[in-house]
Amino acid sequence: MNNSHQCVAKNKMELVCPAGNLPALKVAVDNGADAVYIGFKDDTNARHFAGLNFNEKRSRNAIEYAHRKGTKVFLAINTYPQASGWKRWQEAVDRAAALKIDALIAADIGVLDYAANTYADLCLHLSVQASATNSEAIRFYYENFGIQRVVLPRVLSLKQVEQVSKDSPVPLEVFGFGSLCVMVEGRCLLSSYVTGQSPNSFGACSPASAVEWKDAAGGLESRLNNVLIDCYKKDEAAGYPTLCKGRFEVSHNTFYAMEEPTSLNTIALLPELQSIGIAAIKLEGRQRSPAYVKQVTKVWRAALDECHNNADDYQPKSEWLDVLHSVSEGRTTTLGAYHRPWQ
Amino acid sequence: MFDFYQRIAKTKIDIVYLGETVCAKRKLLRREDWLTIAKMLQNSGKEVVLSSMTLIEANSELSALKSLCANGEFEVEANDMAAVQQLSGQSFITGPAINIYNPHSLKVLARHGLKRWVFPLELSKQTLADMQKEKPENIETEVFVYGRLPLAYSARCFTARAHNLPKDDCQYRCLHYPDGLLLSTQEKEKFLILNGIQTQSVKTNNLIAELDEFKTLNVDVLRISPPSQHCEKIIDIFHQCLHQDYCIEEAITELASLLPAGGSCNGYWHGLNGMDLYSTSQEVLCQSFQQ
Repeated sequence: MNNSHQCVAKNKMELVCPAGNLPALKVAVDNGADAVYIGFKDDTNARHFAGLNFNEKRSRNAIEYAHRKGTKVFLAINTYPQASGWKRWQEAVDRAAALKIDALIAADIGVLDYAANTYADLCLHLSVQASATNSEAIRFYYENFGIQRVVLPRVLSLKQVEQVSKDSPVPLEVFGFGSLCVMVEGRCLLSSYVTGQSPNSFGACSPASAVEWKDAAGGLESRLNNVLIDCYKKDEAAGYPTLCKGRFEVSHNTFYAMEEPTSLNTIALLPELQSIGIAAIKLEGRQRSPAYVKQVTKVWRAALDECHNNADDYQPKSEWLDVLHSVSEGRTTTLGAYHRPWQ
Repeated sequence: MFDFYQRIAKTKIDIVYLGETVCAKRKLLRREDWLTIAKMLQNSGKEVVLSSMTLIEANSELSALKSLCANGEFEVEANDMAAVQQLSGQSFITGPAINIYNPHSLKVLARHGLKRWVFPLELSKQTLADMQKEKPENIETEVFVYGRLPLAYSARCFTARAHNLPKDDCQYRCLHYPDGLLLSTQEKEKFLILNGIQTQSVKTNNLIAELDEFKTLNVDVLRISPPSQHCEKIIDIFHQCLHQDYCIEEAITELASLLPAGGSCNGYWHGLNGMDLYSTSQEVLCQSFQQ
């Protein structure tokens, strides 16, 4: 291990927690988040769901509450505006800057350019939706817009993350827990192919408005805009019909051809992530309940503290794993791409 | 492969994009072989562009990209922002996996040397019209008009997964499926195509009926992503329609007979779901083209 790694290993990784509403933000702050990330109540962010997110007044309350307790607030404006909606994104950046958020998380080149040129003091993080999977791509955003952190897509192995960390001009944030995209984020059009709405264009994947449940002879069918995503027998637990997590037929076999319904969980990898020099661990789930946010924040706060205090003897506790499994998709977790054989 | 490109050299296609864009392991040809083909096509009067990889993870992939971008002879199509960074300051082209959704983004990339861009697959003609109005001068616009849509990329190889093989020991199973591996729903509806780490639509995006609109919108280049069969014939049909007032109705019928399994779609262009097929009145189109 070289000197720079030893130096970085002493740094504490920041815990970045999701909040889809004010109660979720409060429990994240109260249970040990170092930063909370939120979005405005429209299609400018990648969790554009009914009843979720923050209007201007709520954002102000959220930021006041978090700052009073020493927690940072990041705001995601991380979808891709088209010409007809450009003004909405521009105004969202203006609002974010006026609110004095601690960082703006953005993906679109135009949005980043506008933010960097208009608000020199605004700290910019590159969203996972920008699909920056290597140090050269990161360098583009760093040199052109002065980004100060990048959130890595969930497609890299641990070794690849280490390489990117070594070569990247800015610190890295990685996903630690939550729903898992098997496709590289920002370049997946499966959802709009079937429903007309994608994370890039609309801020949602496999949107609820396109979901239909149907009791049929073969079992409980889940459909997305009438395309059969899965069919559950009586004894099977049904999951949300995210397009890439259905059972399909390939070469006469019916199986999870793309990905099982499972959540990413890297809690066992914390010492490695720390020694690589990762700056922050992000938990997914702005669409989840305050109860979920409370549970996962608590567990990850404890895990990070344990890892920071004594990385050599660090072992994930069984009670942490029990909690994380209980709130996971399909009640199972995976190391995802961090673990090479998964690929 | 050499034989295929010899045949392509004889077609009336103007531009040929060459190279592997999906899998770093799938080295069907060596770099020198691609350059030999590139020169042969150039000598036949084609504009040749070397395409780069879409998902760049390993350092070896980054090194290969750097050497491709520094080839000094042929222009390069960037399919990842790493390539844009490498090509900044020289003339380059962006492929469909580079997200240029608004004029502001287009202007930023124009400052870096963008010569031509491919309009994102999921956007509509209304968005293209808005983009064209504010497009910087001298930037060419290219639209993906024919072929199965490349919808997603993953770290995981779905072809290897379907064969219960780890990615590191994939045994190049994808080479057995020149048009990809079919994925159907449990009620046998043909849905997607697995092409290694890439997922494509089973339906062929076919915008032959929209040629008039491309002219109105000042689209400069039409992209055909060829299936394994009938490539020359498809090129010929599009070329005739563009240059010889070939009746669109006949072209539509002829193209339909050449479609790979799964049928066709054009939903994105019309602002609908990508998989939808919006039918225009073929009779009216035929008349308007003969005016």
